[in-house]
Amino acid sequence: MSGNDHFSGASLKITGGRLLDGHGSETPNSALLIRNGRIAAIGEAAEKADADQSFDARGCVISPGFVDLSCNLREPGNGQKGNMVSETRAAARGGFTTVCVSPETSPVNDSRAVTHLIRDGAYVSSPIRVLPVGALTRGLDGEMLSDMSGLTAAGCIAVGNGSRGVRNARVLRRCMAYAQTFGLIVMLRPENQSLAADGYAHDGLVSARLGLLGIPEVAETAAVMEMLLLAEETGVRLHLSQLSCGRSVEMVADARSRGIAVTADVAMHQLVFTEEALSGFDSRFHLRPPLRSEADRQALVAGVREGVIDAIVSQHLPHESAAKQAPLPDTEPGLSSIESLLSLGLELVQRGEFTLAELIRGLTSGPASVVGLNATIGQDDVADLCVFDPEAHWTPSKRSLISAGHHAPVLDRPLPGVVRFTLVEGREAWPGA
Amino acid sequence: MSALLDVDQLLDKLEAGLRNLLEERGIKSPVLIGIRTGGVWVADIIGKRLGIEEPFGELDISFYRDDFSRIGLNPKVTPSSLPFDTEDRDIILVDDVIMSGRTIRAAMNELFDYGRPASIILATLIDLGARELPIQPDVAGQSLKLDAPQRIKLRGPDPLRIEIQAAEQ
Amino acid sequence: MTANLASPNHLQLTRDGQLRHFLTLDGLGRELLTDILDTADSFIEVGERSIKKVPLLRGRTVVNLFFEASTRTRSTFELAAKRLSADVLNLDINTSATSKGESLSDTLLNLEAMASDMFVVRHAQSGAPHFIAESVTPGVAIINAGDGRHAHPTQAMLDMLTIRQHKGGFEGLKVAIVGDILHSRVARSQIRALNELGAEQIRVIAPGTLLPKDVESLGCTVEYDMAKGMKDLDVVIMLRLQKERMEGALLPSEREFYRLYGLSQDKLALAHPECIVMHPGPINRGVEIESAVADGPQSVILNQVTNGIAIRMAVMSMAMGGQMAERQQKQNEINERGLA
Repeated sequence: MSGNDHFSGASLKITGGRLLDGHGSETPNSALLIRNGRIAAIGEAAEKADADQSFDARGCVISPGFVDLSCNLREPGNGQKGNMVSETRAAARGGFTTVCVSPETSPVNDSRAVTHLIRDGAYVSSPIRVLPVGALTRGLDGEMLSDMSGLTAAGCIAVGNGSRGVRNARVLRRCMAYAQTFGLIVMLRPENQSLAADGYAHDGLVSARLGLLGIPEVAETAAVMEMLLLAEETGVRLHLSQLSCGRSVEMVADARSRGIAVTADVAMHQLVFTEEALSGFDSRFHLRPPLRSEADRQALVAGVREGVIDAIVSQHLPHESAAKQAPLPDTEPGLSSIESLLSLGLELVQRGEFTLAELIRGLTSGPASVVGLNATIGQDDVADLCVFDPEAHWTPSKRSLISAGHHAPVLDRPLPGVVRFTLVEGREAWPGA
Repeated sequence: MSALLDVDQLLDKLEAGLRNLLEERGIKSPVLIGIRTGGVWVADIIGKRLGIEEPFGELDISFYRDDFSRIGLNPKVTPSSLPFDTEDRDIILVDDVIMSGRTIRAAMNELFDYGRPASIILATLIDLGARELPIQPDVAGQSLKLDAPQRIKLRGPDPLRIEIQAAEQ
Repeated sequence: MTANLASPNHLQLTRDGQLRHFLTLDGLGRELLTDILDTADSFIEVGERSIKKVPLLRGRTVVNLFFEASTRTRSTFELAAKRLSADVLNLDINTSATSKGESLSDTLLNLEAMASDMFVVRHAQSGAPHFIAESVTPGVAIINAGDGRHAHPTQAMLDMLTIRQHKGGFEGLKVAIVGDILHSRVARSQIRALNELGAEQIRVIAPGTLLPKDVESLGCTVEYDMAKGMKDLDVVIMLRLQKERMEGALLPSEREFYRLYGLSQDKLALAHPECIVMHPGPINRGVEIESAVADGPQSVILNQVTNGIAIRMAVMSMAMGGQMAERQQKQNEINERGLA
C-alpha cells in the first residue's frame, strides 16, 4: 500500500506491526482486519483474510487511538488562536482519536446551546471524536452552578472549571455535591489563587535567579488537599487536572488508599521539562501550572508509571504568535503541544524513563478509564487506531506544524515518532484527504 | 629564529637627534609622552639621558584607534596618565616603532583632547617604512625594511632588547 | 532535557567572547567582569581631562528606552553615551505608543527604522531586554538598565568598582546586602558579581518575607539577625525599602524594619572599623539608614556618579565594539566564500 493511498474501502488489513492492544499485551508481528469501522479479526484469522486495502506496518507500532482529556480547540472563539479544523487535524496527526475539550471556549460552554455548537462543529469539521467538558459554574466564574444535568444530556462527558479555580470553598463544595447527584465527573485544576497571586513561574531556583514572580508549590498542594477532602465528604467523582508537584502525587496516592474516588492527569510537558526551560526567558515555557523542579518531574514520571496518575494529557493551548511575542511575564501561558506529544513521550522511552507500554497506557486505557470510554483493540471493538513509526523522525517547525499555534515545545530539531495514519471508526483521520 | 639589534646604538642616535632638534628650535623645557607599551619604556630611558626631570606621560590610544569598528575594544586598555598640563607645552611624543602611522594619528588626536600643545616632536626608535598615512618621525633611531613574515618585538623594560623574529611567534 | 533555549551567553557574547549585549552578569565570568572594571578605570581618567570625550561611538545612535521612569539612571546613560561621542535619543515609552496599545514588538520595529545602533532599556518586566535582544535585529546592541526584579548589571558593576577602589580587590572580603532582596534586581546582580569576582563571604540580611525562596542557591548565606550579620563586615550594602511592602503584608511597619534592619551607628560599629557603607539609592533616611551614617565618614554613597558614567561608557563601548567586530567577521566570511 503506497503512502498516497487513502483508506476508502470497506475493509483494511494491517500486518507486521507491533500491536499494543490496550489491555497490557503486546504482539510483535500482528495482523489486524478492520471492516465496517470495527476490528473484524486479529492474528491468524486476519492474516488469512481478504481485504480491499492492506498496509504493511513492519517497523511500526499499532496502538489504540490516543485519548486526550484536556485539549483546547479554540472553537467557538474568535479564530485568532486556532479553530476546530486546524486543531483537530493537528490532534489526528499526533495520533489522537478522541479529545475532550475544555469548557473555556468563547462563549464558555455552560449551556446546552454551546455544547451543541461544539458537537455540531465537530461533526462538520473534525475527523476525530470531540467530547465536550461542560462548565462547572456559570461563565466559569466560580459563583453559581451551571446547568450540569442539561450539559450532560447535551453531550458533555464531565464538568470542570477549565483553568479557572473556584475561589470560594463553599461554592466548590456545593458544586461537588450537586455534580455527585448525577454521578458526574468533576475535573478541576488545583490552584489556590491567593497563594498563586501574580506568579507565573515555579517559586524555586530559577525564579530566584531570574527575578520571576513565583507560584509556590503550596498553591497547588493546598488546593489538592482541599479538593480531596471535599471529594471525600461529598462522594463526588473527582478528577485532578494537570498536576505539577511531586507532593500532589503523594496526596492522590494517599487519598486512593482511603477509598476516595479520585483520578489525576499530568501534561506531557511536565514529564519532560523543568523550570530550567525558563533560563533564557523562553516564553513558550510560560505555562500554567508552571514547570517545576527536577524532583517534581521525576515524581510525576513515577506517578504515571505506578498508575497514581491515570492519564497523560496534552493541555494543548494554541495561541497566535503575538501572544508569545512579548517580555515573558506579559505573554500568555500555554503550549501548542498536541502534535509533538507522542514524540516527546518516545524520547522518554528512549531515555529509559518509561516503557513503551507505560507510555501507551497513559495515552489510551488510562484516560479512557477516567471518562468511561473504551480504548482497546479487540474483537469487535470500534477501530480507533494509531499506527506510528517510532524510529522515523520529523522536525516540527513553524512551517511544518498544522496547529495554528507555532509555539511548540521543540522546534527545528528532529524528533522521533511519525504517525503513519490515524483511524477513527475505520476511517482515515490522518493523513486524510 | 631571531636576531637582535643593538638598542644602545639606536638610543644614542635618538638622543643625539633630539638634542640637535631641541637646540635648533630653542625648546627649553620639553616634556616626554610615551605611547604604551614600548614607547613608555623608550621615553623613560630617553628622559633620563636628556636629563628631563619632569615625570613623563603615558598614553593609551585604545579609545582612539581607527579599527574599533572592525575588531571592537581592546579589553586590556589601561588609563592614560599625563601628570602635567599639555596646554602650550612642547611635547616629545615617543614610540618604539612607527609603521603605518595610524598609532601616531590616534595618539595625536588623543593628545589634542587634553589641550593645545605648543609643538609636538615625534621620536621613534625604529622606522619600518610601510606608511599608510602622511606622518613621519622627526627623529628615528634606525630605518629598517622587513620581509613579509618578519616581525619586530621589543622586550623590556630592563634590559631593553629588540628582536627581529623570522615568523609569528 | 533542555528545550531549544537561548542561554544568556549565547545571546550576550560573540563567538570570540566579546560582549555584544549587556543583559545580565550571569555567564560572563570573572575575566570579562574584571575587563569591564579595568576599562571603566580608563574612562574615569577620560572624565578628568578637559575634553571628556572619546570618539568611539561617533556617528552611532543610542536610544534610551525607559519603560519605567528614572531620571538618574537615564541621565548617567545619556552622559556616558555623549562622552563616547554618540548621538542620543531619549524615549519615555510610558507616555507614547505602548500606552495606546501598540505592542512592544511593533514599537521597537518602528524605532529600528530610525537606524539606531544601541538601545538602553529599562522595563518593569523581568526578561524584557532579553526579549528585545532576541527579537530585534541582531545588529542593535541592548544594554539592560534594569528589568523587573531580574537584573541591574550596570549598577552592580559600578558598585563593584566602588568596592575595588576602596578595598583594592575582592579576595577575603566579607560583604552583606541588607533589605528587600526579594524585589531587588540590584541585589541579584550584586550577588552574582561578588561571587564571580571572588568575595569570600556574601551575606543577605533580611526578614523571611523579603527573601526569595532558595536564596542561598544564588551564592550567599542568610542571616536574620542583623547584629550577627554585621560582624567583621568589610562592605555593607543597604537596599531601598519601598513603602508598598507594608501594604503587601510583607512588613508590619517602617519603624519595626528600621529597628531590626536599619543601619544605625550602633549596628555599623559591629562591623570592621573600615567597613564601607553603600546604597544604590535613592536613600530613605531613617528607614534603611540613619542620616548620620549616610553622611558619615564610612559612607561612600555619593561617589557613585563618576563610577556610574565610567561603567556605562565601558559596557556601551564594549558591546558596540563586539557587535561591529561580529558584523565585520561575517562580512569577511562572506567575502571569503565569494572568492573561494
